[in-house]
Amino acid sequence: MNISTKYLGLDLKSPIVPSAGPLTAEISNIKQMEDAGAGAVVLYSLFEEQIEHEELELNYHTSVSSESHAESTSYLPDAFDFRCGPDEYLEHIRKAKDAVDIPVFASLNGKSMGGWIDYAKQIEKAGADGLELNIYLLATGLNKKSHEIEDVYVDIVKNVRKEIKIPIAVKMHPFFSSTAHMANEFSNAGANGLVMFNRFYQPDIDLEKLEIEPDIILSTPMEMRLPLRWIAILYGRTEADLAATTGVYTAEDVIKMTMAGAKVTQMLSSLIKFGIGHIADVIINIKKWMEENEYESLDQMRGSMSYKNVSDPGKFERANYMKVLHSYK
Amino acid sequence: MKRKKVTIDGNEAAAYTAFHTNEIIAIYPITPSSNMGEWCDAWSAVGKRNIWGTIPSVSELQSEGGASGSVHGALQSGALTTTFTASQGLLLMIPNMFKIAGELTSTVFHVAARSIATQALSIFGDHSDVMATRVTGFALIPSSNAQEVMDFALIAQAATLESRVPFLHFFDGFRTSHEVMKIEELTLDDMKAMIDDDLVREHRARALNPDNPFLRGTAQNPDVFFQGRETVNPYYQKCADIVQKQMDKFAGLVGRKYHLFDYVGAPDAERIIIIMGSGAMTAEETVEYLTGKGEKVGLIKVRLYRPFSIEHFINALPETTKSIAVLDRTKEAGSPGEPLYLDVIDAISEKYMNGELKFTFPKVVGGRYGLSSKEFTPAMVKAVYENLNEDKPKAHFTIGIIDDVTNSSLDFDPDFSIEKEETFRGMFYGLGADGTVGANKNSIKIIGEGTDNHAQGYFVYDSKKSGSITISHLRFGPKEIKSTYLISKANFIACHQQVFSEKMNILKDAVEGATFLLNTKVPKEDAWDSLPTNAQKDLIEKKMKFYIIDAYKVAGETGMGVRINTIMQTCFFAISNIFPKEEAIKMIKDSIKKTYGAKGDKIVQMNFDAVDQTIDNLHEVEIPGKITSKYQIEFPVPDSAPRFIREVTGKIIAGEGDLIPVSKFPADGTYPLATTKWEKRNIALEVPVWDPDICIQCNKCVIVCPHATIRAKVYEEKELANAPETFKYTKYKAKDYGEGMFYSLQVAVEDCTGCYVCVDVCPVKNKQETRLKAINMEEQMPLREKERENWNFFLTLPELDRTKINVTKVKDSQYLEPLFEFSGACAGCGETPYVKLVSQLFGDRAIIANATGCSSIYGGNLPTTPWAVNKEGRGPAWSNSLFEDNAEFGYGFRLAINKHNVQAKELLKKLSSDIGNELVDALINADQSDEAGIYEQRERVRALNDKLNELLKTGANGKTSDIKNLLSLSDYLIKKSVWIMGGDGWAYDIGYGGLDHVLASGSDVNVLVLDTEVYSNTGGQCSKATPRAAVAKFAAAGKPIKKKDLGMMAMAYGNVYVAKIAMGANDTHTLRAILEAEAYNGPSIIIAYSQCIAHGINMAYGMRQQKAAVDSGYWPLYRYNPEWSKEGKNPLKLDSKGIKIPLTDFAYAETRYKMLTKTHPELAKKLIKEAQNDVNQTWKEYERLAKPFDSAKKDN
Repeated sequence: MNISTKYLGLDLKSPIVPSAGPLTAEISNIKQMEDAGAGAVVLYSLFEEQIEHEELELNYHTSVSSESHAESTSYLPDAFDFRCGPDEYLEHIRKAKDAVDIPVFASLNGKSMGGWIDYAKQIEKAGADGLELNIYLLATGLNKKSHEIEDVYVDIVKNVRKEIKIPIAVKMHPFFSSTAHMANEFSNAGANGLVMFNRFYQPDIDLEKLEIEPDIILSTPMEMRLPLRWIAILYGRTEADLAATTGVYTAEDVIKMTMAGAKVTQMLSSLIKFGIGHIADVIINIKKWMEENEYESLDQMRGSMSYKNVSDPGKFERANYMKVLHSYK
Repeated sequence: MKRKKVTIDGNEAAAYTAFHTNEIIAIYPITPSSNMGEWCDAWSAVGKRNIWGTIPSVSELQSEGGASGSVHGALQSGALTTTFTASQGLLLMIPNMFKIAGELTSTVFHVAARSIATQALSIFGDHSDVMATRVTGFALIPSSNAQEVMDFALIAQAATLESRVPFLHFFDGFRTSHEVMKIEELTLDDMKAMIDDDLVREHRARALNPDNPFLRGTAQNPDVFFQGRETVNPYYQKCADIVQKQMDKFAGLVGRKYHLFDYVGAPDAERIIIIMGSGAMTAEETVEYLTGKGEKVGLIKVRLYRPFSIEHFINALPETTKSIAVLDRTKEAGSPGEPLYLDVIDAISEKYMNGELKFTFPKVVGGRYGLSSKEFTPAMVKAVYENLNEDKPKAHFTIGIIDDVTNSSLDFDPDFSIEKEETFRGMFYGLGADGTVGANKNSIKIIGEGTDNHAQGYFVYDSKKSGSITISHLRFGPKEIKSTYLISKANFIACHQQVFSEKMNILKDAVEGATFLLNTKVPKEDAWDSLPTNAQKDLIEKKMKFYIIDAYKVAGETGMGVRINTIMQTCFFAISNIFPKEEAIKMIKDSIKKTYGAKGDKIVQMNFDAVDQTIDNLHEVEIPGKITSKYQIEFPVPDSAPRFIREVTGKIIAGEGDLIPVSKFPADGTYPLATTKWEKRNIALEVPVWDPDICIQCNKCVIVCPHATIRAKVYEEKELANAPETFKYTKYKAKDYGEGMFYSLQVAVEDCTGCYVCVDVCPVKNKQETRLKAINMEEQMPLREKERENWNFFLTLPELDRTKINVTKVKDSQYLEPLFEFSGACAGCGETPYVKLVSQLFGDRAIIANATGCSSIYGGNLPTTPWAVNKEGRGPAWSNSLFEDNAEFGYGFRLAINKHNVQAKELLKKLSSDIGNELVDALINADQSDEAGIYEQRERVRALNDKLNELLKTGANGKTSDIKNLLSLSDYLIKKSVWIMGGDGWAYDIGYGGLDHVLASGSDVNVLVLDTEVYSNTGGQCSKATPRAAVAKFAAAGKPIKKKDLGMMAMAYGNVYVAKIAMGANDTHTLRAILEAEAYNGPSIIIAYSQCIAHGINMAYGMRQQKAAVDSGYWPLYRYNPEWSKEGKNPLKLDSKGIKIPLTDFAYAETRYKMLTKTHPELAKKLIKEAQNDVNQTWKEYERLAKPFDSAKKDN
């Protein structure tokens, strides 16, 4: 039973890839993921904004009120070397690479173009096998046109592509007016893979405190329908490899994503819920299903249920309940 | 050999040599020496090695006594060991110093010499601490500037190893310890060459060692002790020559020549000054000037004060000597003269007696100068020489003050100046938080290290911790700078905050042609008119140049926030033309990279942007030929203030304290209360504004206000008759003080620090716009005039009757008048809300012992005191003894009060037939458990006093003495509340032994521990209260040990009331605990979580952080009341509700924890995990201990 796959030009022993998140912040977890059968791992994201914020915060608190009073010319000890900026993250890449044989992908969320490029280069230098670009620009300006925003997305990919040689995947969000077009643009800009889709912290209102409380909850199996649709629609129509993420819990989910056209299936919520060992269970069940259903490899089933290969591709396009139409037919 | 030039202060210079030539360093923080320990700890944390290639071990002890004990132990065990200290700390080391010297042990202690607390504490410099150690047997070697500090630290180290006499190396606190100066850095090879390794091995060979055992430290009897004591004489006899030998060796290596007594001046000088320390530099500079004018004056700089070599001293004096003035920077009340003076008299007398004096016995007078860093200027040196011209020079004089009581002072001409034309002299007025001092230190480094110029920087701070003014004094030039005094003839003056130019006459020190740089929001065309009259006058008459910049605009646009340091520094370089502009900008940028590089690219870029934008925003303002200003600088206190406030307090506030004569001061250190109210500091840019329409009148804002600037009152409608137009009020929602009452919440906008804590805790949100609360911050300036009027009216509203207030409710407790107001504590201080609450609840009958620390500084540092009085004239009686003895000091209060009470009762009984049995019984058996009971007792005492006075008038039947005695003691029939307050440094460390004893005494005292978990006042050094995984100074690599559980230790006695509180987590619990503690008739201790800027948090959200500390289980709230045991209940009640959030949610919101993740990431992970385990285990343990006795039985 061959469950290997090729993603971003790399041979992976399995299609299960733990996605960017808190679990990959620990090297011991990454080792467990490899042991459980993961084909690769995506490290948690490096956020340029967070780095800047931390730098500013550290600078502020180590200097505020200093030189204000004769007895206390400062309030925190002098440190001659701070591991500021991406140092800790880059070190994490190096350690992960030393710890496991499977490919290690980094994830980056930049703020400025300079930041995207600079950090991408440093990530490549640290030894990452690939880079996931976690781009999300919240367009809140009333006068900002959608194409202007889209151009920024594409420029980021183009510029990063120019500067680094390792494969790049773009972690897309599902809120573009033209998702297929954007996928194609990213691919043309040099993205080797498209990860569908990113999930974000969303604001909630605390009625007691009357405050906004941004929060993220674990994805549910139902949510996998969205990437399933778009992977199926895009399969075979873009050069970039497709990766599925969001709501993947079971072997059946992985198989469905593969049939839709995914090269790999990323998992996070299910691992947080059931533990890293869940990867091994999923793999056993994939193999079991393949055996029961007489599939020899994942390649054999990949894209078999995609837009271009199903008998009724229109079903992927329907957005509303259309029983009347159906019965008329 | 070419050595590196560095621009550093005396403390760093001492630490540099000490660190490299020692193996063990035992430390304890005390101003102004703390920085030496901080440097060594930081170097040790990053693995810096000494000249033998090992990293010195740096350990903090619980006190200077402890540090000296460990030094003694380490020395006896053969390690090269040192310590750093000052003032009271040095006094605590004296017992061990006797031992160390008695055992002929090689060591060097480095001391930033500081005043000893007498009529007042002072952190500033003089030699009173060092002089107190003269008898210990330590050699005393003074340095006059940072270069000498580095050099003498090494010479002393070499000399102690050879002589076996221990050395105390000292330099003047602040003037030398904190003065930044360009010096030549000794190399490690220099040190290796000076330190003889054979002597080091000999030192090691003398160690206690079980492989070669012996006993050292016997007890001796009258038959032999004396002889034993005399055995050391040869060592002391050789010591001076050894020091000179090492000085000569040093000169051979490094080139700088020193002698035991260095003579400077005319070879045929007749008038000689003898002096040591930084004052010698000023004296030398003046001597050079005066000899240039042909005056026959000279100076002896004492380089080795003990052992005092009479031979070397006499040889240093010119044979032409006719008169000598010996200047001592200390005072020995009752002595025939100060120590150096007596030594000089003795030396000359001895030589004269032996017929060895080369000249006629000269006139010798002694004088005192420079106590507590009092300025010592060339004008004063000149006056001293002029005194020596007199036939009968004034003896035992003082110089630098006006002594109009015993007329000891010499007159001097304050305008006399010998500043060199070629020396640049700049003064920079800044706000503590704006980075001015940091920028100037940086500029001095750039100039010092980037040019051949000599450079000097000295920094003056005020005593407030919020809104403090700093004045930087910078000198640089081609000639050596010996001016160890403040600049008074400046050719550059910068004012980094316009408000200072409106309050202070900052251009008074400008010379003709000087430049004035002002940071102002006022546009160029209005800048001239924005200045006060006197500033305009100076600018015109002195033909000055005037530049302005809106630095806050540039800072805002470049992300610098309120830090205008880089911007003002760039202006300085751009205007002063020290370097060509492009070169200056490059040097600033290089320096920025060096300073901020480790903190990340963003910070560097932000500063670069600030530099680039500065030049475009810097403008020269043309100075018109006439004064146009419509305002003058006003005296800081109004004419309506009491005389003392006008003549003393006001002058100190105005910066004229140096001019106040001795006669104006109290002789015993007693000062009036309630004086902060006169010092309207107006430091808040924004202040809270009340919205009466949505306020629920909970008074949470009032209880948390650290400065007592937001207050609530409930009153009758009729009181509003004369209310100002903008005075806000609303109907009082409750009916507990009668129907139809009114409520006002008023802010003292001129006293507010704008900390935002009140707004943050306000629980009410505006239903239409949730960003608004019932109080919101608004700009202060437009509100100032009206709110001043409103505040003054608010003060006239009557206070509620204390006996009617339900003090157990937070809301009602805040109607009690605070008797602690407008302190100089930091904005958002976590300590002061507790202190203020105690003052509200018990202030009118409280007597407070306050340990040295933040609370004694914001509580008692002149010019003003926040402790206040109520309209009956009652208020907290407050005193600060020392750092280490506060519990015992407060215990003394209780002993005296109890005794007075007993004596009063004895006299009552004795006089009962005269007074009346009924009143006597009522007085003796009064129930004073609540405010009503206390009020009634006060009325009885009033009646008693009336009766006693009547008895005195009408005939006392031979009982006059008893009656008078009872009158003097009757106040003690009213219950007194004894409070012992202090920080964790006192309670957990230096004062713990005493605290433990006082708690064990069973005495009725109340201890309030303001636990900031570091030594806040000295800049955040680690204490035993510091939590595991946090960094602090002296724990730069993170505290590896769990915080001491002081509460649990106190509970172990069983008869101590113990509570752990956090106002921000549960204000009701805080209030209840404080009330219970005070009511408990025995010892009580309250440990109060107090956020501090040393935690690296936004202080506006300090109360949230308290809640997070409690929710994480790190700071469990509890009360342990021995009274409950008597009722058969478990005395321990765990009042918080378990662990709700992970420790990291609390900890990593604070830089003190987060910093470790950036400096030692792996260690940080380990320690935070251990810290979480601490929390889990402690919580479980508390839960077990707090189980109700009934359920515990069931479990069994």
